[in-house]
Amino acid sequence: MKYREGEPIRDTKAPEGPIEERWEKRKFAARLVNPANKRKLSVIVVGTGLAGGSAAATLGELGYQVTSFCYQDSPRRAHSIAAQGGINAAKNYRGDGDSIYRLFYDTVKGGDFRARESNVYRLAQVSVNIIDQAVAQGVPFAREYGGLLDTRSFGGAQVSRTFYARGQTGQQLLLGAYQALERQIAAGTVTMHARHEMLELIVSDGRARGVVVRDMVTGEIESHLADAVVLATGGYGNVFFLSTNAKGCNTTAIWRAHRKGALFANPCYTQIHPTCIPVSGEYQSKLTLMSESLRNDGRVWVPLRKGDTRPPAAIPDDERDYYLERIYPAFGNLVPRDIASRAAKNVCDEGRGVGPGGLGVYLDFADAITRLGREAVEEKYGNLFEMYERITGEDPYAQPMRIYPAVHYTMGGLWVDYDLQSTVPGLFVVGEANFSDHGANRLGASALMQGLADGYFVLPATIGDYLADARDFGPVNEVSVAEAEIAVRDRIHRLLSVDGDRTADSYHRELGKLMWDYCGMERTEASLTKALERIPELREEFWRKVKVSGTNEELNQALERAGRVADFFDLAELMCLDALHRTESCGGHFRAESQDADGEALRDDEHFAYVAAWEHAPEGPVLHREDLAYEYVTMSQRSYK
Amino acid sequence: MNLTLKIWRQHSPDEPGQMVKYHVKDVSPDMSFLEMLDVLNEGLILAGDDPVAFDHDCREGICGMCGMVINGVAHGEQKATTTCQLHMRHFKDGDVVTIEPWRAAPFPVIKDLVVDRSAFDRIIQAGGFVSVPAGAAPDAHAVPVPKGDADDAFDAATCIGCGACVAACPNGSASLFTGAKITHLGSLPQGRPERASRAKTMVEQMDLEGFGGCTNTGECTAVCPKGISLDVIARMNADFLKASR
Amino acid sequence: MAVTGAILVLFLVGHMVGNLKTFAGPEAFNGYALWLREVGYPLVPKRGLLTLVEVVLVAAVVLHIWSAVALYRRAAAARPVRYATRRRSQAGGYVVHIMRWGGVTIALFVVYHLLDLTFGVANPAGGAATPYTRMIEGFSRWYVTLFYAVAVIMVGLHLRHGLWSAFQTLGLARGRQGLRVFAALLSAVLVLGFLSVPFAIMIGVVK
Repeated sequence: MKYREGEPIRDTKAPEGPIEERWEKRKFAARLVNPANKRKLSVIVVGTGLAGGSAAATLGELGYQVTSFCYQDSPRRAHSIAAQGGINAAKNYRGDGDSIYRLFYDTVKGGDFRARESNVYRLAQVSVNIIDQAVAQGVPFAREYGGLLDTRSFGGAQVSRTFYARGQTGQQLLLGAYQALERQIAAGTVTMHARHEMLELIVSDGRARGVVVRDMVTGEIESHLADAVVLATGGYGNVFFLSTNAKGCNTTAIWRAHRKGALFANPCYTQIHPTCIPVSGEYQSKLTLMSESLRNDGRVWVPLRKGDTRPPAAIPDDERDYYLERIYPAFGNLVPRDIASRAAKNVCDEGRGVGPGGLGVYLDFADAITRLGREAVEEKYGNLFEMYERITGEDPYAQPMRIYPAVHYTMGGLWVDYDLQSTVPGLFVVGEANFSDHGANRLGASALMQGLADGYFVLPATIGDYLADARDFGPVNEVSVAEAEIAVRDRIHRLLSVDGDRTADSYHRELGKLMWDYCGMERTEASLTKALERIPELREEFWRKVKVSGTNEELNQALERAGRVADFFDLAELMCLDALHRTESCGGHFRAESQDADGEALRDDEHFAYVAAWEHAPEGPVLHREDLAYEYVTMSQRSYK
Repeated sequence: MNLTLKIWRQHSPDEPGQMVKYHVKDVSPDMSFLEMLDVLNEGLILAGDDPVAFDHDCREGICGMCGMVINGVAHGEQKATTTCQLHMRHFKDGDVVTIEPWRAAPFPVIKDLVVDRSAFDRIIQAGGFVSVPAGAAPDAHAVPVPKGDADDAFDAATCIGCGACVAACPNGSASLFTGAKITHLGSLPQGRPERASRAKTMVEQMDLEGFGGCTNTGECTAVCPKGISLDVIARMNADFLKASR
Repeated sequence: MAVTGAILVLFLVGHMVGNLKTFAGPEAFNGYALWLREVGYPLVPKRGLLTLVEVVLVAAVVLHIWSAVALYRRAAAARPVRYATRRRSQAGGYVVHIMRWGGVTIALFVVYHLLDLTFGVANPAGGAATPYTRMIEGFSRWYVTLFYAVAVIMVGLHLRHGLWSAFQTLGLARGRQGLRVFAALLSAVLVLGFLSVPFAIMIGVVK
């Protein structure tokens, strides 16, 4: 796949000046819409997770006419609900030296110097308000006996800044946003369409003015128009088929927007989470994450000897390799996600993996149980142990857990400026769907923070500036609506009329395996080149041989899936291209060619300190670079030894 | 193992449905129940048949989207487990497994095992929230919350809104769901100003949706994947009576 | 349901205490029966208070049954399409069977009970005999005693859930396990109290 270089791109919205004043400055400069006019302005929000749910609720509360869509049967089910660990905020309630600046610093560093300083600083500033907002909504965060909020340290942070609600922080925060959204629905400011999937973006006279959706119950293709469109449709980890994402998570909404002119930034940045339950068979439909907190007390090991198939208990201590403790004595089992993941891959590649297919490592609690007692371990991790046993049928108190890395989060997404506006005027992108804030690697407990920051605080403050001109937008061009609808109908018709002999799922599985093998934890020029050959072949076969049963005019889950897989093919190609062009290693992108003598990721700041924003063009992708400047945090190589 | 499945098939809300028999072969004990259905569906699609429609999303027991009545028990017989977390090792070769949708008038069948649970959303709309615009919140530490209250609130807040309580209730009541939200918000100081009105409007909406009355049979809590306690129903009744006075 | 049930429970407690007068001999028991009719006289006419109580009781029974029927109809409306497989109870199935079918059994028993001991129509000693004689004669037949025992135990089981359920419905029961124990204990006391008389008659302690 060929690409060409385009003009560099610049974020024109972030103000200059001292970093701590930029957000205030931007908010003050942003024009306001008077309340009477807000009622006449309409906004479409697609997706109802933390970002979309909070955005729709807040915009509704502000007085805009909001129309919201989700593919699930209720906005409460968006996959933000599955986040376990917690949410970071620079509250410094512990007095342990945390501050907005420190959270900013940690996040820029954790993102391996591939995120914008202005954005990250704002995120850290706003984090404080999120906790206040959530508590006021009745989110039941963990508390201490004195009645104050409890926090813990998470993901290797040296301060205790992670607020949590047992192992269900995402669920509780999402329910808070969902309830705020339902309140607005009752008030009539938000109209909700559940079981509707966005299949096309309507761009009229250069502005995003609506979406084409399919009613997943009746199959009806509907166009909805508005003055602005907000995409909050989450990440695209399901391009790997197996991931910790929900089954329905897909790239269609952002991919369609990309095809309509929105730049796609850093698609190759993929976060692989080290502690997931390994694959048990060919039929596997998804992977389940075990909270990272397990690494606080569990010890990771594999047999010292290759091909050692003895049961774990029969392997004496001196024939075990506690490889994280061996390689990273300072951080041991607590090294960041990307490092722990790659280390697991390496030992499995050496043939020392355990469990079916040799794709697993032990996470052993025997020492913790001896040291703390079974009761204390049960108290801390009881629900996780139960979950593990439910899925694997093995008792983690009696034998070590088996874990393996799995795709968890995608840092890449649609390019947005400081206002969260994409390169298509009027198209805003929030949450995991955009690329901002996390750089090349996301720190634990930062996803919830970003989603809610975008939805509750950033977007509602910036979208007004765009909508202040809405009077000049004029009516939506009917031709663009008709074209978008026709494109949707054509695609559906094509999918239904192939009538081949392979299911969409089987293609998805094959694509996922290909991506995992060639564009997964470790990427090489050879593997990526190979992937770029295979993907078009597979896609061509898909369009020739896929079998989708049923019709459009009904609830048709086979059709839904086929449409999503079709877009995953195109995205996969761009991911591989992005990964191939970025010959450095950084964060969630590890190029085997770019490592230091110890096998650690080696960044190339001289050549790659930029955001790669890809434009869709008929003759092939066009690369626009946005240079990253670091005024506050000095670029340095991460070390966890 | 090989299994015989008897599954409720209903093409659309208005058409009549029936139980249809299928055979699935070589089911691995490590499969989840939904993965077993995936395998069945792959076969049906290739044969040009309509795959069995069922709701599911996260497949890790938290989104509340999946749910079917398996052998007469909502989410199957494993305690505190959603359908997606039920694994085939709990079945044995030759078993006949019946699979039906949630049955309740306020949960009309859309297709096969998919039902419309929007009644739950409307109950939340009626008052299942704290009215606080973004940015209007005081500092999170402004009001300390006794740990006991916070824990009570959390226990109730773990509800995933799957609807198993309604499916299992001989009366088709939604009291456990409604009570859980009333208890969650009512236990916290932040939710107290609207406590009485919330209970009243939510209970009224619940009745309006056509759910049955609660007779405290305990069937709901027995199948609840999150083990929500019947106490939330007492709490709902207390708040409702107080509001009605 | 809870309110009418509470009235009936109060009645049952009084009824049981009255029954225990049997152990004090025929005079005391008949005197108690007479007192019931004359209490408050001459402030209120004879049988005045008794009639009032009877009216309240009949109303409570009617409303209790009416509520049950209403609940049943609501339940039926809430599940117009039944499960093809018999719904398997996960809570022991106790409540559904005891409350619904137990309730019907109890209603039938009450009819017989009134005919037997109140109006004497179904009693070997006839309506003209003293209450004490009617009782002794009534319980001299083993099958009557057996039927009575079954019904009383059914009442006990009905109450064990009914009482606690009433606490739930009135919003009193939240988290208080004590109320569950109280419901079970009171039910047990009532059952024992009611059964003591016929069994005493049967084994000849009371003649």
